[in-house]
Amino acid sequence: MSAKFDLNNDGVVVVIGSGAGGGVLSNELAQKGVKVVCLEAGGRHLPQDYQNDEWGSFGQISWLDARTTSGDWRVAKDFSGLPSWIVKAVGGSTVHWAGASLRFQEHEFKTQTVYGDVQGANLLDWPIGLSELEPYYDKAEKKLGVTRTNGIPGLPGNNNFKVFEAGAKKLGYKNVHTGRMAINSEPRDGRTSCQQVGFCFQGCKFGAKWSAAYTDIPQGEATGNLEVRTNAQALKIEHDKSGKVTGVLYADKDGNQQLQKARVVAVAGNSIESPRLLLNSATSMFPDGLANSSGQVGRNYMRHVTASVYATFDKPVRFWRGTTMAGIVTDEARHDPSRGFVGGYELETLALGLPFMAAFLNPGAWGREFTSALDSYENMAGMWIVGEDMPQETNRITLNHDVKDQFGLPAPNVHFDDHPNDIAMRNHAWKQGSDLYDAVGATRVFPTPPYPSTHNLGTNRMSAKARDGVVNKWGQTHDIPNLFVSDGSQFTTGAAENPTLTIVTLAIRQADYIAKEMAARTI
Amino acid sequence: METITSSKGISRRELLKRCMVVGAGLAVGTGFVAGSTAAWAMETKHVAPREMATLIQMARDIYPHNHVADEYYAAAVKGFDSADSKDKIAAGVSALDAAAQGRGYADYLSVPWELERVEILRSMEQSSFFQTMRGNLITGLYNNKDVWPLFGYEGESYTKGGYINRGFDDITWI
Ligand SMILES: Cc1cc2nc3c(=O)[nH]c(=O)nc-3n(C[C@H](O)[C@H](O)[C@H](O)COP(=O)(O)OP(=O)(O)OC[C@H]3O[C@@H](n4cnc5c(N)ncnc54)[C@H](O)[C@@H]3O)c2cc1C
Ligand code: SF4
Repeated sequence: MSAKFDLNNDGVVVVIGSGAGGGVLSNELAQKGVKVVCLEAGGRHLPQDYQNDEWGSFGQISWLDARTTSGDWRVAKDFSGLPSWIVKAVGGSTVHWAGASLRFQEHEFKTQTVYGDVQGANLLDWPIGLSELEPYYDKAEKKLGVTRTNGIPGLPGNNNFKVFEAGAKKLGYKNVHTGRMAINSEPRDGRTSCQQVGFCFQGCKFGAKWSAAYTDIPQGEATGNLEVRTNAQALKIEHDKSGKVTGVLYADKDGNQQLQKARVVAVAGNSIESPRLLLNSATSMFPDGLANSSGQVGRNYMRHVTASVYATFDKPVRFWRGTTMAGIVTDEARHDPSRGFVGGYELETLALGLPFMAAFLNPGAWGREFTSALDSYENMAGMWIVGEDMPQETNRITLNHDVKDQFGLPAPNVHFDDHPNDIAMRNHAWKQGSDLYDAVGATRVFPTPPYPSTHNLGTNRMSAKARDGVVNKWGQTHDIPNLFVSDGSQFTTGAAENPTLTIVTLAIRQADYIAKEMAARTI
Repeated sequence: METITSSKGISRRELLKRCMVVGAGLAVGTGFVAGSTAAWAMETKHVAPREMATLIQMARDIYPHNHVADEYYAAAVKGFDSADSKDKIAAGVSALDAAAQGRGYADYLSVPWELERVEILRSMEQSSFFQTMRGNLITGLYNNKDVWPLFGYEGESYTKGGYINRGFDDITWI
């Protein structure tokens, strides 16, 4: 039964956000008997509510609060008010996510050491390494039911995968398969197996894909230790004279402000809202925002080197049928500077429905050059590129005092400039992706620019030393011991892999630490 | 003639009697635009029918698909028939017509080649009129469920049980 806690209960842990980070942390703490109030800005939408309709689903659960953009990235021009595509609902972006679940590689925790000096990049080694995370990766893979781990078979390949696989093999790639996916290839954990619906990005109506919305959240609520308050948007974190945080001011579903007292606060609002909340919580004691003695809050915003390659063929592919992203080539994920850049990238299958393809294939384009591509929509195959981008201090979330959200708070501005390494990697990946499709007879290829960011990382980064980052190796802020960061904003660097498995891994590990420190009364 | 109708009740001859053919495949009458074959008709309340016909032509010139009939372009721009956009549309269409006149044509609808109409559109690509039209068409045209089958797109699949038994891996040529 779901718990109900008093606003004045100052013994609870308040978790802000119920996505990959916050949803998992809330459940893991609740399982250990810790009392948790999870504040979620969005509503509760479950599989019966999800829509097999791209724009319908977008309007239903996306984060559409006021945001602005700047910088030389094309998103700032094409989607100036929509820097990122994330979810405002219970479960956060795990409702939308495709389920690709990869571990980071060892060297990706030590980029400053391994990549050396990269001009303009604010590289830093993580204060933890792969070996420390391995036991927690094991737990995360079990929780998510990741295919090709724990004896779970891979998903069957769909039409899009078959084209991709054939091209990859012709090109000489060795490691191509249907991915490590948090999607049931057989019934597991009370959830059915994938029915190849093809709307993974719109929420899985069969519940075959793991999402915190219908796994960790209800499991946590069932303990009687977790209360999830929906339509509860955190506005400000409060602190006392000693500098410890004491509670969270939020707007409830009727727009009334409430103050939930707290013993510990964990911020997991995704990498734009999390730093924004810390910045919006500035006081005379912390004039630059909470936990910001390093000046790094909001900086080093990363979004992965993304792009897509679509290709048309002389015969139908019907790539929208079946799992959206179950296909991967990992050969390019290695660090190999001879390619002209540091770090690596993954190639993953991707399909969009006609409405999104029209919007994202080449935003702003028109005329026959564009429409003739859509004329071959049925004959298209597609892939997504996801690679490591360079952290840069100037890529950052700041408060835009000229634009206010519905609560009168300054909106976040997202500034992003591509680093030369990002551009070199993207060009390399575009070429490889195009060659892959050419190898199986593509009639035309389309190197497609990045979409609004689905991976948002790094804006409260983890560091060994307090002066280099915002949180320590447990996600605990260097400045305020009872304030934690529990989402992808902790990432010191982005690695080539999709981030969510690592976000979940860190949340499981952080729950152990918080419970232990609470028991020891150090927090 | 509330929205787009397949004008079954009205014969081609009757309809054509009531209107004037203005461009390739388009005809206008008092308070409506129609396909010149009378396959469809659309009532306009705020925007002048000839202006609406111009928008339909412009929509096709921006996102030309030979296999997509005019009625879908008409449906895509129908939303502009409102008190709010009326003045903006009038100004936009007269800018298009002025550009056509600069090339010796009576108006935009009389420019015979797509290539030349596209040149006119390119010259005003940065205008807010053009950008509003283009932006709206992305959803107005491609998010119309009636248009999807024309591109082979099958739309929702949940109620049909997904594609697990309906060809998610039926490709044979690869
Ligand atoms: C279309 C799509 C496909 C993706 N595919 C993959 C994939 O295949 N593999 C992968 O690894 N990752 C994927 N991702 C990324 C993945 O979804 C995110 O990395 C992950 O969900 C981020 O976790 P998070 O906890 O940081 O934030 P989220 O999961 O976004 O959760 C944040 C939550 O916090 C809430 N919130 C924010 N601010 C406040 C506030 N002030 N008060 C209260 N609540 C607040 C939000 O409403 C939201 O529910 C995908 C994302 C998208 C959009
Ligand atoms: S393809 Fe599979 S995982 Fe994706 S939405 Fe459908 S059933 Fe769910």
